[in-house]
Amino acid sequence: MEFILQNFFNWEIVTQAWPLLLRGFGMTLILMAAVIPVGCMGGLAVALLGQSRYRAVRWLTIIYVDFFRAFPPLVLLIFIFAGLPFAGIDLPAIVSVCLAFLLNTSAYYGEVFRAGIESVGSGQSQAARSTGLNGFQTKLYVVLPQAIRNVLPDLVSNTLEVAKLTSLASVVALPELLYSADMARSVTFNATPIVMAAVLYLALLWPLVRLLSRIEHRSMSSR
Amino acid sequence: MNSEITQWDRFLASFFDLQIMRKYLPDIIDGFLLTCHLAIFIVISGLALGLLLAVIRAYEFWLTSWLIAVFADVMRALPPLVFILLLYFGLPGVGLNLSGYAATYVTLTLVLAAFSEEIFRAGILATPKGQWEAARSTGLSFGQSLAYVIMPQAIRMTVPPLTNRTIAIAKNTALGTVVGVGEILNQATTGQSFSGNASPLVLGAMAYLILFIPVVIFGRWVETRFAWRRA
Repeated sequence: MEFILQNFFNWEIVTQAWPLLLRGFGMTLILMAAVIPVGCMGGLAVALLGQSRYRAVRWLTIIYVDFFRAFPPLVLLIFIFAGLPFAGIDLPAIVSVCLAFLLNTSAYYGEVFRAGIESVGSGQSQAARSTGLNGFQTKLYVVLPQAIRNVLPDLVSNTLEVAKLTSLASVVALPELLYSADMARSVTFNATPIVMAAVLYLALLWPLVRLLSRIEHRSMSSR
Repeated sequence: MNSEITQWDRFLASFFDLQIMRKYLPDIIDGFLLTCHLAIFIVISGLALGLLLAVIRAYEFWLTSWLIAVFADVMRALPPLVFILLLYFGLPGVGLNLSGYAATYVTLTLVLAAFSEEIFRAGILATPKGQWEAARSTGLSFGQSLAYVIMPQAIRMTVPPLTNRTIAIAKNTALGTVVGVGEILNQATTGQSFSGNASPLVLGAMAYLILFIPVVIFGRWVETRFAWRRA
């Protein structure tokens, strides 16, 4: 027992690593605040392009979505981070991370929004158009609000995944929570900092998991 | 001589150097096979464990239900990479050495078990109560009703979300690269740093496309097929 406390819950190391981890936690929050809205907007754009009246545009969106869903996010991130310098493009870590996240999460959000838009009956669009709204207004005021309500569980679930994905940024040396924790671990030769990071992630994301469970059960039962 | 090298030539030399590609192809194939069997082991054991937990939870004994609920929440809230590092670097401190492969396998299996338990459970809860009552009144026991009446219906309902989740977790095998598992990503980045050339990365990207494009298309097919059935 003493042994386990020493290795995973070492109070002395907690006090030492705390400032570093707190800074990392701040970076993680900033990262989430950047990549979640960007991914959402990108996904919305992808979904709307997928509804285009031109077949070529629709096909290109499907190819885009499947292409970027086929890559594990870490692979995308490392390839952008390690590969682009060979093309003479040197991006700072944070830009690589944002770019990789935009490509990956917009594909996933795009699929969620697409399912939502397709779940709204075409009568809704026709009715909206016949009241004199233009195509854009129809999408914005009539189709999207219903679409988002219909896919809310998937939307929340995807957002949770994106929030967890920010931990991948540690691999390209962006000093977010997991990177700071791993740094502290390698200095102290003790796993306590990683336990601390886990606790911080739990504190941040557990409420989202609970929320998700509730709306998921509601939506599956109402089918 | 130098001035004749165009931008395009330089691009080809950095990303599509055939000689380098040929040299690292065997490594990438090794990584490809490793990714495949790691993913298959994870999918089989994760889904089996998830199903087992969902069945145990259906008996609604308070202690097991509570433990399973906490387990599912924690594994769904934690980024998998955090858990991998915790196992890989933490356990040796208490005298238990896990290889990178084992740490990745255990983590992703538990994550898939947590997600699939929740999905199976949602399916069980969504099966109308009358099905339970009818099954029990024909004389089936609780376990028999669950096995022969409820689960077949529940599993049908859970196929699309389960497929998507399983694919996502199979792709997470790439996380193993952080703890030195020689899967595709690891082989590709190793090749890149040894050769000082991006061609091994391109090769790795192709390996991922070959592996996962069919899987993604299969997921799409499952989704439309089951959506059609529901309507």
